[in-house]
Parts: sequence; C-alpha cells; structure tokens
Amino acid sequence: MITFSKDKLDQVAEIISHYPEGKQKSALLPVLHIAQNEFGGWLDVPVMDYVASLLKLEPIEVYEVASFYSMYNLKPVGKHVFEVCQTGPCMLNGSDDIIDYIKQKLNIGVGETTTDGLFTLKTVECLGACGYAPMMQLGKTYREHLTKEKVDAIVEECTQISLTP
Amino acid sequence: MQRMSKKLLLKNANVPGIRQYDVYRREGGYVGVEKALKMQPEAIVEEVKKSGLRGRGGAGFPTGMKWSFLAKPEGVPRYLVCNADESEPGTFKDRYLMEFIPHLLIEGMIIASYALGSNNSYIYIRGEYDWVADILQEAIAEAKQNGWLGKNIQGSGFDCEMYVQRGAGAYICGEETALLESLEGKRGNPRIKPPFPAIKGLWGCPTVVNNVETIAAVVPIINEGGEAYAQIGVGKSTGTKLISACGNINKPGVYEIDMTISVEEFIYSDEYCGGIPNGKRLKACIPGGSSVPILPANLLLTTAKGEKRMMNYESLSDGGFASGSMMGSGGFIVLDEDQCIVRHTYTLARFYRHESCGQCSPCREGTGWMEKILLNIEKGKGKISDIDLLWDIQRKIEGNTICPLGDAAAWPVAAAIRHFRDEFEWHVNNPDKCLTENYGLRHYADAIHVPA
Ligand SMILES: Cc1cc2nc3c(=O)[nH]c(=O)nc-3n(C[C@H](O)[C@H](O)[C@H](O)COP(=O)(O)O)c2cc1C
Ligand code: SF4
Ligand code: FES
Repeated sequence: MITFSKDKLDQVAEIISHYPEGKQKSALLPVLHIAQNEFGGWLDVPVMDYVASLLKLEPIEVYEVASFYSMYNLKPVGKHVFEVCQTGPCMLNGSDDIIDYIKQKLNIGVGETTTDGLFTLKTVECLGACGYAPMMQLGKTYREHLTKEKVDAIVEECTQISLTP
Repeated sequence: MQRMSKKLLLKNANVPGIRQYDVYRREGGYVGVEKALKMQPEAIVEEVKKSGLRGRGGAGFPTGMKWSFLAKPEGVPRYLVCNADESEPGTFKDRYLMEFIPHLLIEGMIIASYALGSNNSYIYIRGEYDWVADILQEAIAEAKQNGWLGKNIQGSGFDCEMYVQRGAGAYICGEETALLESLEGKRGNPRIKPPFPAIKGLWGCPTVVNNVETIAAVVPIINEGGEAYAQIGVGKSTGTKLISACGNINKPGVYEIDMTISVEEFIYSDEYCGGIPNGKRLKACIPGGSSVPILPANLLLTTAKGEKRMMNYESLSDGGFASGSMMGSGGFIVLDEDQCIVRHTYTLARFYRHESCGQCSPCREGTGWMEKILLNIEKGKGKISDIDLLWDIQRKIEGNTICPLGDAAAWPVAAAIRHFRDEFEWHVNNPDKCLTENYGLRHYADAIHVPA
C-alpha cells in the first residue's frame, strides 16, 4: 500500500498548519512535490489518489492540478532528469547546441529516457537563470554556463552516483 | 535631508555571510522593523505613498496606492502575499535578492504585514527555485528565533507568521489571481477582475500581492523616509531598480541602478553590462522582459525625438508602442548583430503557447497559431501573407482575454514585425539562405532621421 513515512506525514501536517482551518487543499502543491520525490520521481494514479485521501479531496481535484503544472511528471522518468532551458535568452547563448550535444551523447531524443533508465532529457522554458545561460535543472540544483565539457562531467557525475549503492 | 546612496537593496549583498541573521543584523538589519513597529500602520502606508515606489513585478502600479485600497472589514483576516514566481524570460533579479540577501525580503515582509494588518503572510516562489525556498525558510526560522516573527513581535502586540510556498512550474501563476488560485491548491487559472484581490483575494479575503523587489524596497523607505527615497531617480521613476541583464553582453548579471543612467551607458560601461562580446555590434534589445516590445539598436539608444533614451519608466516607454518599449520587470535582453529576430521571436511565441492556461480561446488558439507560423518562416517555409496573418492574429488576441498574458504574447510578435519586417520578408524570399545565414545588422543601428 502507498503511504508516507511517519516523517513525511509530520511534514504534511506541518504544511497544513500554514493555512486556516478547512483550507488544507492549499497544501496540494507542496504535498505533490513530496509525493513525487518519495515515489520514484513521478505521480502514478494510486499516488495521486493517496494524496487526495490525505488532504480529504476528490481524486479529480488532484489530477487536474497534477496535469496543469510542468514540474509534475505523469509518466515515469529516468533517475536523472536533464531539463534544459530553450527560451530566447538561453538560445542566444547556445542552448540549441547543448540540447543537440546531449541528444547525441545519450542517444535519446527530447522527452525520452535512456534504455538503462538513468537519464531523461526534457526541454523546458525559462527557469530564471538567463544571465547564466545555457543552463539546465538537475533535481534540486541548477547547472549553469553549460559547455560540452560540463555536460560530460555531469553525465559522469550522475553515472557515478548511480553506481554507488 | 540627505541624498541616499545609489544602492539601497544590494548594497550589502556581497558582505560575507550576509545570508545569515547575525551578519545581516550587524549590518543594520531589522532596524526598519524596529522603526516600523513604533509607527501607526497608516503612517507606514503614507511613507510608501510619499516614496513614489512603483510595483517592480512588471505593471509599475504605485505601491502606496495599492496598499490604501485594501479593504478592512471587521473580523475578516487580511493577507499579504509576496509574488516570487519570477518566470518572465529575461528576469532573474528576485532570485538574486532572495538567494544572497534573504533577510531583506523577510524584513520588508514583516514591515508590510504590519502596515496591512496581515497576521499570516505567504511568499509564493516558483517551484524550480527549490534551494532558494530553503534559504528563505532558513531566514524565516532565524527571524523567528530572534523575535521578529511569531506572537507579539518585540512587544508590539502584533502577531505575524510567514510561510514559503513553492509553485510547480507555470508562468501564469505570476499573474496575481492565478497565483492566489495556485496558493489555494488549484490550477493556475486567472480570475476575472473585478473583484480585485484587495477586496476578494486569498480564500476570498482582502489581499495585497506584491513583487519581491517591491517588498524589499519598503525597508530603505522606512529606514530613510519616503521623501528621501523619492529624491533618487527622476520624475515618477523613483528609487532604485534591479535590472537582470542577459543575452549577448560581457557581464550578464543583476544590477541595481538609480534610474538616471542612459541605456547606452548601461550596455557599454564596465560598471554594468560591459559591452558586447567579440566586438560585435548591437542589433536589438528587449529592455523589460520578454513581454515588452523589442527595439532595434537605433530606437533603443535614442528616442524617435532624437533624445538619449534613459533607463527609467518614462523614457523606456517614450514613443509608445510605435517607437518605444517598457521597463516591465527589468529583464534586459541584448541581441548582437548575428542574432536572428525571427528565431528569437519564435522561441518567445513557443513560450507563451506553452504557458497559456487555455481559458480564453484567443490566447489558447492564437499563441499556438503564431508559434507555428513563426517556425515556418524561420525554417524558410513561410509566405509573405503569413507575416500579415501573424499581425492579424496578434491584433485579435490583444485586449480580448481574461488576463494580460494574451497581450504579453501579442506584443513581442507585433514589435518584431513592426521594426524588423524586412528580416521576416528576407526569410520568406530566401528560403534556402535563411537556413545557413543570418540577415545580420543591416540598417538597424543607423541613425534615425528626426524631423525638425
Ligand atoms: C502572465 C503574467 C505573469 C506575471 N508574472 C509575475 C511574476 O513572476 N512576478 C511578479 O512579481 N509579478 C508578475 N506579474 C504581475 C502580477 O500580476 C502583479 O501585478 C504583481 O505581482 C504585483 O506586484 P507589484 O505591484 O509589486 O509589482 C505577472 C503578470 C502576468 C499577467
Ligand atoms: S489570456 Fe491566456 S493565460 Fe490569461 S486567462 Fe486567458 S488563456 Fe489563460
Ligand atoms: S531563458 Fe533560459 S533561464 Fe531564462
């Protein structure tokens, strides 16, 4: 059965305490973030149903929110998700070349995952790092001023993380 | 009255350890809260009015006035919500402020909460700024430990709690009513206004939504007084403004300017952007974030009247949309002579299509249509009539939608065609060449004839 650890349940309770009585629906976005982190990097239907039951919502209220926001994955993704910004300011600084390089290096297209399940490549729109372009989001961090060499190093770093148990 | 220094927000941003409470306090932090708590809330609103501060989120609405519109029905809570959604392409100033000097925002939030009577205030931050949310949370915890948040702050009788809420990837949640919907745990669909948030905002209660930089600016206003703040700058562009500069410049980054310098100085001086890399020439610039009109080099540096264009609200919009642009959010995007206006405009159209919430058909359909046509032209598959079609589509979006995202999507396309039509035509007429070559600088930097 899908359930949060005690620790996460406490975190959810703390988040709900931010809002007035009866407004626990406001906790939906933060709780979906936690759920996605806890349950494999994406939101499967049973996970969303669990979140609905936690917050006393109808499942549809959760689905419609999960499908609206780009950070929620409704399909499985690789262990490391490269989210490369492709909007104007990044494009001016060579984001197209970086995207091409990653495609070639990982041998996948945009939106695809490597067969070993390690990497997913996504293109995203402006992440608020335009002055440090080209850039991508990787988990909680931003990787900025990307070059081919930096991409190589990031791929290596991720591979190492996945090798260490 | 003393003339204030030019840097009000980022003056201490480089002090080692300023992210921590102790250092921030040692450098004069939270003195603004001490001062504010001894004032009547209305007197704070008065100071903000006197300062002439205009909202830094993009629309430039006078902050003091906005605060005075807040409804105050008996027994109904009021809310202050800080808009830290920052998703307008070219804009990354709020992130800088929050990342490097988070206590400045927290201090401003406490003062504003007291002035507005908000006992529970929220900072809604874009979901991708995950680590910045952690920094803010840390700062809030420190402020609370030191008695600046919680019950009966510094013995004033005022209670205030502050929370950080992360979004989850949606530019539209920067629009204030979409933000409130999102904060209520819903899709970010903008609400029809009126009612305005000042009357019916978060959970139906009176709410003020302000940008990060706006709220931070309240700290120097309270410290030095509204009049002293208003002395900086010119006309209705008072105080300082954060500009995030990017694109083809030597020194991209976030700069605090007082609004008396020229655009030319901003681009070429070493204090700011440091010029354009590799000795290339300036072709165009979007001075206030992706939503505002792009200008060719000549109109950027000089107004149609032949005056030097300055980095302030009035001068940037001089000439209206025919020959001017806007200060917007302060996202300053520079394009050098080798950049293709069609391709750049296409990426922006794609952005707006991606971010449209889909409620209004002109925006939902129009943004997708514009993106497709622009891609065709960019790829050498366009027709001359497509350029006119683009013009028509953007006209039909503008003003016909629930929220200003429609306009924001229309303006960049309109301005690109208005000023760079010959580049679009060149793409159509040179379908092969446009795949390997750029149109280049051409006449875009030539001096403009000013009628006597
Ligand atoms: C599509 C759209 C996106 C917006 N994004 C932001 C944003 O990211 N940050 C922001 O402060 N204001 C944004 N705004 C403006 C807000 O609606 C609102 O005017 C602003 O937060 C008010 O704060 P201010 O008066 O302090 O500027 C956006 C507006 C629109 C229409
Ligand atoms: S203009 Fe666009 S983003 Fe705004 S409400 Fe309409 S469809 Fe949504
Ligand atoms: S355009 Fe890529 S981070 Fe803004």
